[in-house]
Amino acid sequence: MMLKVNGREHQVDADPDTPLLYVLRDDLGLNAAKFGCGLGQCGACTVIVDGNAVLSCVTPLLLLEGRQVTTLEGLGSIEAPAPIQRAFMEEQAAQCGYCIAGMMMRAQALLQKNPKPTDDDIRAELEPHLCRCGTHMRILRAVHRAAHLMQTADASTVQRSAR
Amino acid sequence: MTKSRIIGSAVAVLLIGGAIAAFAITWRPAISAIDPPAPQSFDKALVSRGRDLAAIGNCNDCHTVRGGKYFAGGLPVPTPFGTIFSSNITPEPETGIGRWPEAAFRRAMRRGVDRDGRHLYPTFPYDHFVNVTDEDDRALYAYLMTREPVRAPARANELPFPLNQRFVIAGWKLLFLRRGAYRPDPARSAEWNRGAYLVEGLAHCGACHTPRNALGAERLSAQFAGGEVDNWHAYAINAQSPAPVPWDADALFAYLRNGWHPDHGVARGPMALVVSNLSEVPDSDVRAIAVYMADVFGPPAPDRKRRAEELLAQAKSAPAQSAKTDATGASIYTAACATCHESSRPLPYAGINLALSTAISDPDPRNAANIVLSGVRPVAGERSPIMPGFAASMSDGQIAALLNYLRARFSNQGAWTGVEKTVSDARRTQTVFLKTMPEPDNVPADPTQRDKP
Repeated sequence: MMLKVNGREHQVDADPDTPLLYVLRDDLGLNAAKFGCGLGQCGACTVIVDGNAVLSCVTPLLLLEGRQVTTLEGLGSIEAPAPIQRAFMEEQAAQCGYCIAGMMMRAQALLQKNPKPTDDDIRAELEPHLCRCGTHMRILRAVHRAAHLMQTADASTVQRSAR
Repeated sequence: MTKSRIIGSAVAVLLIGGAIAAFAITWRPAISAIDPPAPQSFDKALVSRGRDLAAIGNCNDCHTVRGGKYFAGGLPVPTPFGTIFSSNITPEPETGIGRWPEAAFRRAMRRGVDRDGRHLYPTFPYDHFVNVTDEDDRALYAYLMTREPVRAPARANELPFPLNQRFVIAGWKLLFLRRGAYRPDPARSAEWNRGAYLVEGLAHCGACHTPRNALGAERLSAQFAGGEVDNWHAYAINAQSPAPVPWDADALFAYLRNGWHPDHGVARGPMALVVSNLSEVPDSDVRAIAVYMADVFGPPAPDRKRRAEELLAQAKSAPAQSAKTDATGASIYTAACATCHESSRPLPYAGINLALSTAISDPDPRNAANIVLSGVRPVAGERSPIMPGFAASMSDGQIAALLNYLRARFSNQGAWTGVEKTVSDARRTQTVFLKTMPEPDNVPADPTQRDKP
């Protein structure tokens, strides 16, 4: 079937019950989403589907017909990090980093819907994600910072286009 | 004017007429306010008994809203007639019950009127609380009057005319509110009678598990035959129980005590709050409820018992290969469900074998739809079962395909109808409830693991 990831269409030859995570990592070489538990209980495999955070390890391929998948690779790169990536680096929110890609994806989905989340909003939203290193407070700060960066980035774009 | 409107008007006229007559009969005077009694004036043992009773009565469930203070009210309770907001039952003098003497509290429990003599809507289940003894009302009063007072004015109910006129409630009471406390059955054991007293009274199990008539009163002829709460189907808990494995007193005790049972699964939805509360009360009361309810369920028919034994044997062995009736549903099940629901890990941290799931065997697909959409949220600070919700990854049609597949594969019942509509309704309503419903603050969990990391 055709799978649309990060704006590009891919012809994927896999069974309809193959989890999206396996296709992303094994077939498309997109390794940002991680295999943690394989049961949808840790959040490490989170990607965005049509604007919503989704656990890719329990999402069979057949659910993605005609839908738009975004992985962390689709947000930005090392050379040009997206606001959420910059914010996580600037706050040094990663310790071992295994959970971080998933955290960033759900935070990104949150910020797209709610540009100014409160601490409580962020805590509630990131509840499905486990982090064993314990950088929770930094993650919290990073999401706030990303919110700020996105707003200023938007503002500068508006100014530029206005000029 | 359509026929239904003529009938509607006739009913309204009858209701209003009846209500005025009823008002004259059920009118209650105000009871004088008192200065809020000092918390220290209550006996500690009485307060502690009141705490257990309040847990059995599930008071915090309706009288607390998510993010709000305990017992400060404000929870929207949706009914077929409109939305009623729960009241503040903290001892705050102006907005709570701080100025209520014990007599006013007892009268509210029995007759459903507040201190001023205003009729209370029967969302407050005084049709059950009428059974509560003076002694237990005293303990409940002592408990509530020693809680933290919270200033929280009542929110206005959202009811259409004439239901927003409280005298209408007088008519309802005349029709449906029975007088007199629970009368023990001398032919039964003390434990059975204790259970019956709690179930019919304070625990008000029938408020959710008994179907209601057009006027919102429990249909006593169909007691425990299954009812409604917050767009969940409260299962039949009598001989019509859809549970694949019949309940007995031991299983009920374990389930009500711990919030789960290996042959039945984990309590969720509104029942999660009930078992969370029951986890805090004395074993003997939970046991009494289990003994009485096991009698209400009755002994299972031989063929039901035989099927249960087969299912349990199957569930322990390798899962049977499925007849692939629905390719989409089967593929979704394999990738999204089977990893937990067919793992050999024990409950409550793994998923139940769906052949044992009451949700899949119930005539109503709503609970299964709710659980696929929202999952089971973890309980903060405790080891607890967890299931991811699939609202973001599956469309209504895909969830319907999954549910139809599960029904065909895991139950011996006929297919559900209109499942896609059920799913879209559930998607809309659960989003609302999840925002207002207070969260259970302990269990379901394995109590032997409680103190372990």
